[in-house]
Amino acid sequence: MTDLTSLTLAEARKGLAAKAFTSLELTDAHLSAIEAARVLNAFILETPDQARAMAREADAKIEKGDGGPLAGIPLGIKDLFATRGVRTTACSKILGNFVPTYESTVTSQLWRDGAVMLGKLNNDEFAMGSSNETSCFGPVGNPWRRDGSNTTLVPGGSSGGSASAVAALLCMGATATDTGGSIRQPAAFTATVGIKPTYGRCSRWGIVAFASSLDQAGPIARSVRDAAMLLRSMAGHDPKDTTSVDIAVPDYEAAIGKSVKGMKIGIPREYRLDGMPAEIEKLWEAGAAWLKSAGAELVEVSLPHTKYALPAYYIVAPAEASSNLARYDGVRYGLREQGRNITELYENTRAEGFGAEVKRRVMIGTYVLSAGYYDAYYLRAQKVRTLIKKDFEDCFAKGVDAILTPATPSAAFGIGEKGGADPVEMYLNDIFTVTVNMAGLPGIAVPAGKDAQGLPLGLQLIGRPFDEETLFSLGEVIEQAAGRFTPARWW
Amino acid sequence: MSVDAATVRRIAHLARIAVSEDDVPHLQGELNAMLAFVEQLSEVDVAGVEPMTSVTPMQMKKRADVVNDGEITDDIVANAPATEGHFFLVPKVVE
Repeated sequence: MTDLTSLTLAEARKGLAAKAFTSLELTDAHLSAIEAARVLNAFILETPDQARAMAREADAKIEKGDGGPLAGIPLGIKDLFATRGVRTTACSKILGNFVPTYESTVTSQLWRDGAVMLGKLNNDEFAMGSSNETSCFGPVGNPWRRDGSNTTLVPGGSSGGSASAVAALLCMGATATDTGGSIRQPAAFTATVGIKPTYGRCSRWGIVAFASSLDQAGPIARSVRDAAMLLRSMAGHDPKDTTSVDIAVPDYEAAIGKSVKGMKIGIPREYRLDGMPAEIEKLWEAGAAWLKSAGAELVEVSLPHTKYALPAYYIVAPAEASSNLARYDGVRYGLREQGRNITELYENTRAEGFGAEVKRRVMIGTYVLSAGYYDAYYLRAQKVRTLIKKDFEDCFAKGVDAILTPATPSAAFGIGEKGGADPVEMYLNDIFTVTVNMAGLPGIAVPAGKDAQGLPLGLQLIGRPFDEETLFSLGEVIEQAAGRFTPARWW
Repeated sequence: MSVDAATVRRIAHLARIAVSEDDVPHLQGELNAMLAFVEQLSEVDVAGVEPMTSVTPMQMKKRADVVNDGEITDDIVANAPATEGHFFLVPKVVE
C-alpha cells in the first residue's frame, strides 16, 4: 500500500470513490511518509490522531455516498492558517504556543468539503522570506538535490514546508500563501504546481496577516488538475473579509483540457534580464513553443515598470507588516518578556520574539511610514504600484489572454548561501513573481524542466483578474508537454 | 537617503523593539541596503498618478449594524500570558 502516496489527488479521489482503498489507508500511508521524512523539517506539527478521526469520518460519508469534493484527501496546512485547537505560530517565537479558538475560512472550507488535516507546515517567519530559512523551527530541506551532490538545498519560501511536503509525497496537497511570490517560487524550486489567485478570491480571515493588500491564499499541488480542485474549495466570498469578492467560484477543473487555440499569450520583454541563466531563457522559449503548438498565438508585450515592482514592494509590504505586527505586544497572546514598565515589556517581548528578518522589515516599515518620510517613500511606492497595474491593464486591453514568464531567476540554492550580508540578494528571488501581487492578478507556476544540475525550473503564467480558468487551461498544456517530475528519495 | 545610528535607535523605539548597542551597526547597514535598493523609485515620473488604495476595484462593503458576536471572553483571554479572571495583566501604567 506504500504507493498510495504517489497518487495525484485526482487519482486518489477516483480510488476512494471506487472503494479501491479507504481514506484511513490513504491517511496512514501519508502519516508514515511524514514520519520517515522528518529530516526535511517540512511538518512542524503532526496531528495523526486528528487525521485518523477525520479520515474515519470521511470514510463513513463516502460509504453513504455523501462525501464532499475532497472527501478523505489528506492535506498539509501552512502554519499561517489558524486551526481551531491546533497550535498556530506563523513559525515565529512571538506566537509561542498560540492555540486558536477559531478556524480560518479557507481551512474550514477544506474540512467542509471532506479533506483530512495531517498537520501544520513550516514557513518563513510571518511569511517573510524566500528560502524558508527565517522560520523559528529551522530551515526546510528541498527533496531535490543537485545531481551527484549531498548538499541540502532550500525549497524556496515562504511556503517552503508546503512545497517540500507536496514534492516529497508527504501530503496530497497543501495550503499556502503568497505576498510576493511565496507560493510560486517554492513551487518552481520543487517541481510542484502553485497558484496565487486574484486578490479577493480567497478569504484572508484567520490567516496570520503579513501585508494585507498583497496577501492571498492558494494551493500547492502535485498537478495542475489537483491545484484546480483545491482552489475550488479554498475560494469563495466571506463576509468576514471585506476585501473578499462576491463572485461565484467556477468549476476550475472544467477548464482543464479546454482548447487554448487562438489565445493570445504575451511575452514581456522586460523579463529578459541581463545575466539570466541560459537554461531559463531556453525553458521560457520551450514554454512558448509548447503553447504555440497547442494553437496559441504569441505576441511580444511591454510592461515598462517591471523593474520598479520589487523596490516598491519593499516599501509597501514592510509598511503594512509594521502595522499588522503591532498586535504582538506580549499582552494578549504569545510570548511575554518582562520589563520595568509597559513600554519595556513591549520592547523586550518584540526583541526576543521576532527574528532578524522580521525586525528588519518592521523597522523599515516603521521608517517609511514615519513623519516626514511618508510622502517620499510610501505614497510614491503606491503611485508606482498604480503604474505597474496599468502596465498589465494596457496589455490585457490589447487582447492578451495571459502572460508567460519564467517563475524564478534561478533554481534552488543551498541553505545559508544567499542574503547573509545583503538582504536584497534574497529579495531578488521574487523579481518575476512580485509584479503579480502588486497588480492583484492571478499567477500560476508550473514545472517545466530541469537545469544542467538536475534541479527543477518552473514557468509562470499571469492572467486577467478572476480568470484563473485560463491559467489552468494553459498550465495543463505546459504540464502535458513537460511531463511530471519526482525527486529521487534520499531522506 | 540613508539612516545614521541615532535614527536606527529612534526607529527601533517607534517600532517598540529593544535594540542593543551591539546590534545598531549591522541594523544600520541592512536598513541602508534596503533604502539604497528602493532609491531607484525616485527616477519614476509619478506626476498626476493616483496612489493605489485598492488593487481590485470594489465598493467598500459595510457590515450590518447588528450584534453578531460576543460572550466569548474565555476564548479571548485563553492565550494570554498573564490574566486575572477576564482581565489581561500588565505592569502598572497609571501612577
